[in-house]
Amino acid sequence: MLPSPSSPSPARWFRTLRRTKSTEQSSKLSLSVCTELLRKSREALASGRTLREEFRLSQLEALVRMLVENEDEFVDVLHKDLHKPRFETVLSELILVKNEALFAVNNLKKWMNPEYVARSLVTSLDECFVVSEPLGVVLIIGSWSSPVQLNLVPLVGAVAAGNCVILKPSEISSHTTELLQRLIPSYLDTECYHVISGGPSDLTDLLELKFDHIFYTGSRATGQQVMQAAARSLTPVTLVLGGKNPCYVDRECDVGIAAQRIAWARFHNAGQSDVAPDFVLCHTDVQARLILALRSCLLQFYGPEPRHSASFGRLVNAELFTHVRDLVLASGKVAVGGEMDEAEKYIAPTVLTDVLESDPAMQQEIRGPVLPIMTVYSADEAINYIRRKEKPLCLYVFSSDRKVISNMMTCTSSGSFCANDSVLQSMMVVLPFGGVGASGMGSYHGRCSFNTFSHRKSCVLRNTRVECVTYLRYPPYEDRSLSLMMWASSLSRRSQAWCQIL
Amino acid sequence: MSMEKQAVERARTAFLTRRSRPLEFRAQQLKALQRMITEKERDIAAALKLDLNKNEFQTPLYELVGLESEIQLALEKLPEWAAPRTAEKTLLTISDEVYVQPEPLGVVLIIGAWNYPFALVIQPLIGAIAAGNAAVIKPSEVSEHTARLLGELLPQYIDKDLYPVVNGGVPETQELLRQRFDHVFYTGNCAVGKLVMEAAARHLTPVTLELGGKSPCYIDKDCDLSIVCRRITWGKYMNCGQTCIAPDYVLCDQSIQGRVVEEIKKALKEFYGDDLKTSPDYGRMINQRHFKRVTALLEGETVALGGESDEADCFIAPTVLTGVTGSSKVMQEEIFGPVLPLVSVGSVDEAIRFINQREKPLALYVFSYDSKLIKRMIAETSSGGVTANDVLLHYSISALPFGGVGNSGMGSYHGKHSFDRLSHLRSCLIKSLNMEAVNKVRYPPHSAKKLSWARFFILKRVRLGTLGRLALLAAFVALAALVAQRFL
Repeated sequence: MLPSPSSPSPARWFRTLRRTKSTEQSSKLSLSVCTELLRKSREALASGRTLREEFRLSQLEALVRMLVENEDEFVDVLHKDLHKPRFETVLSELILVKNEALFAVNNLKKWMNPEYVARSLVTSLDECFVVSEPLGVVLIIGSWSSPVQLNLVPLVGAVAAGNCVILKPSEISSHTTELLQRLIPSYLDTECYHVISGGPSDLTDLLELKFDHIFYTGSRATGQQVMQAAARSLTPVTLVLGGKNPCYVDRECDVGIAAQRIAWARFHNAGQSDVAPDFVLCHTDVQARLILALRSCLLQFYGPEPRHSASFGRLVNAELFTHVRDLVLASGKVAVGGEMDEAEKYIAPTVLTDVLESDPAMQQEIRGPVLPIMTVYSADEAINYIRRKEKPLCLYVFSSDRKVISNMMTCTSSGSFCANDSVLQSMMVVLPFGGVGASGMGSYHGRCSFNTFSHRKSCVLRNTRVECVTYLRYPPYEDRSLSLMMWASSLSRRSQAWCQIL
Repeated sequence: MSMEKQAVERARTAFLTRRSRPLEFRAQQLKALQRMITEKERDIAAALKLDLNKNEFQTPLYELVGLESEIQLALEKLPEWAAPRTAEKTLLTISDEVYVQPEPLGVVLIIGAWNYPFALVIQPLIGAIAAGNAAVIKPSEVSEHTARLLGELLPQYIDKDLYPVVNGGVPETQELLRQRFDHVFYTGNCAVGKLVMEAAARHLTPVTLELGGKSPCYIDKDCDLSIVCRRITWGKYMNCGQTCIAPDYVLCDQSIQGRVVEEIKKALKEFYGDDLKTSPDYGRMINQRHFKRVTALLEGETVALGGESDEADCFIAPTVLTGVTGSSKVMQEEIFGPVLPLVSVGSVDEAIRFINQREKPLALYVFSYDSKLIKRMIAETSSGGVTANDVLLHYSISALPFGGVGNSGMGSYHGKHSFDRLSHLRSCLIKSLNMEAVNKVRYPPHSAKKLSWARFFILKRVRLGTLGRLALLAAFVALAALVAQRFL
């Protein structure tokens, strides 16, 4: 039924060989280059220029200009890497980053100002506030599925917070990485911000260096490696890790609309997304309708031959193609799609049914345009299934019954949650985005990015002249113990600061 | 199965029954904790006296009052902290619910320290309970009397399956760290902090590390030294110098060092009388190992004040050292004892450079009448927290997050920050299965026109009251109808 993959052309072999050679060369250069860049960054940090609001604003505005002035180039490289349609590139990569940068620009003053905290009567002579300061030099390791977004959104936060940055985009999305390496030095300060490239073997070496924060997007295995290396130098980390995002479709649901939203989320970027629904748990009553609706959606989106649609992507490399192909061949039954072309790294939007929990498609992260649908008999069964697995990055539920939505939310845990749609919650500047448990730690987007890359320092500026109040705290205690006890117990119950007696 | 593993499994099973989630349950547990503190104050004070020679008045003041205040705050604010936190809407999400929902993480491991053995276990526990978690409590075995007391008392007052106490030494702690938790909260030193984080990394468990460091204390030339030194003396020699945020060393001009020593001497006499050793208010080193460690730091140094010690009693007199430089032995590690080195610096610039050459400390202190100088110190150095013109205070204000940076730790707590740190703040977007017309803009097949509509919807954000929102919603619906007409 499936066409046998065509044998690789000589040109393709040559390209692969050439790429391997160049990555090897760059990997040998990476570590010494990194050490030097780290030193440069620390010097730039010590100069104090990133502390200034005008500097940070200028860098953020330059970043926006970079995206605006080079839109066509970005569209081009993302097309080369992932066959990403212009629409997706502009919306989910460029506009998203621009939005974040502009949000930071508009709010930077507020974020940089000290936050004064409530004062009680006794501490009214003192100033109590929290001030945000940069952590130092931040390492950002971006992933390849949305290479612009996943590298530049954290960059926006790090820059806004006044850090210097070493950015390491993924070598897998090689054209985009090359573009970033070329463009960023032309727009941003070359002493403070650096872009490096390298393969997985370089990561181990890179992690031996001391950073002040490491931000990593990618797989769980590498996330563990990053955190273990960071532990050796007490470096805080933010990890946004992939996994299997469940999507429950309830029987009380407008199946047509649900199918459209799920299809859009699952098949955009040819399924290569950390936040798309990875699989569907469908109530048995609506499964048949859902599959029909998905089929008709896909026809509407990509036409009868998705391969010829400008709106449909390709898998990023041969390795991923093989991984997804093998999952499809070993799991359930193909209900929609299933066509593949190895030379083009093309897999048609595919829906699998009759899937079992033990099938590879239900055990491993898919990362491709394949949507397995598993039947459940109730929302509770779906909840039990979800709870048996690791906490996912995102959890989705489609239902018009508020009780079902509410139950799903309270009985499960996930990085983020969206009812009756998907992916959007990960694109909003006002919602923190991150994982929990095995899907990661820490979060970013909007103000949250700024906080993630800052140290929030608590400050109390005490008045020196009023000493009498503080006398009560000094030894010897016995003489004043009675009054002390009484005063302490009455005051502490009424206020947020027991320092009154201090 | 080891005892540690059993305790963790029991806590997890208890957590999965969901009984720690209702706010009434959490409040009830917090109130029970409050009762424990009130009813057993005597026993707690007795244990602390045996461990650290804290007297019966110091204990309530420094360990208990703060905890009671935190419990009161949590009880009062819990409904507010646990409620969904709404977020700003865009045009695209105007009819949706957009909020952040705090949720419990699961099972938290709390590893306490020995210097404030009661407070440093109970304070994170308050946050863990308030956030709806289960917690495995591992008090420091070094403060053995308090550890034993916690093991006896906590099960009498709070749920013993949800909040088990596991006592033991290094092997037991290592066994605990092999288990999987949803958060590990550790208070202690850097070396062990690294091991804790490495162990947690194996399970991708987030950590809060409250570590230490050398907290510098800068004294400006033009200061009322009697007030300044009294405050420093109080903070430094409390608990025999064994406080993670005690001023570790002083930076000041050579010319005032003599007077600093004099004023400290006066303050010591005021506090502890003429015979320090018999004062009931002066503490002792926790054990012989730390006694030896701190007395070794005095070798080769100029002792300007104090210096006496008694190994049998673990007594070290409040000591001040002068002529100390950056390379002296006493400047290489956190002192954690009643020894105060005075390091000469010629200017604020030199002080700032000295501080920045070293690891980021947990606390920074600066004494000056010049508020510009203070603000400069704050802006040009980094530390967990800062108190100007006093010491230790930033610890006691619940509204301020307390924690370290760099080598002095990661994460912060106290008050609402404890609740947030030990919760998962889950972003939620609740849409309805209608208004599909607007969504059509994002679906393939793509076109340039759709792209421009999409740009408009996504980039606009609104900040309106309910009436404004309703009006905009009406306009929006009309707009959606228009868009639907174009694309259907």
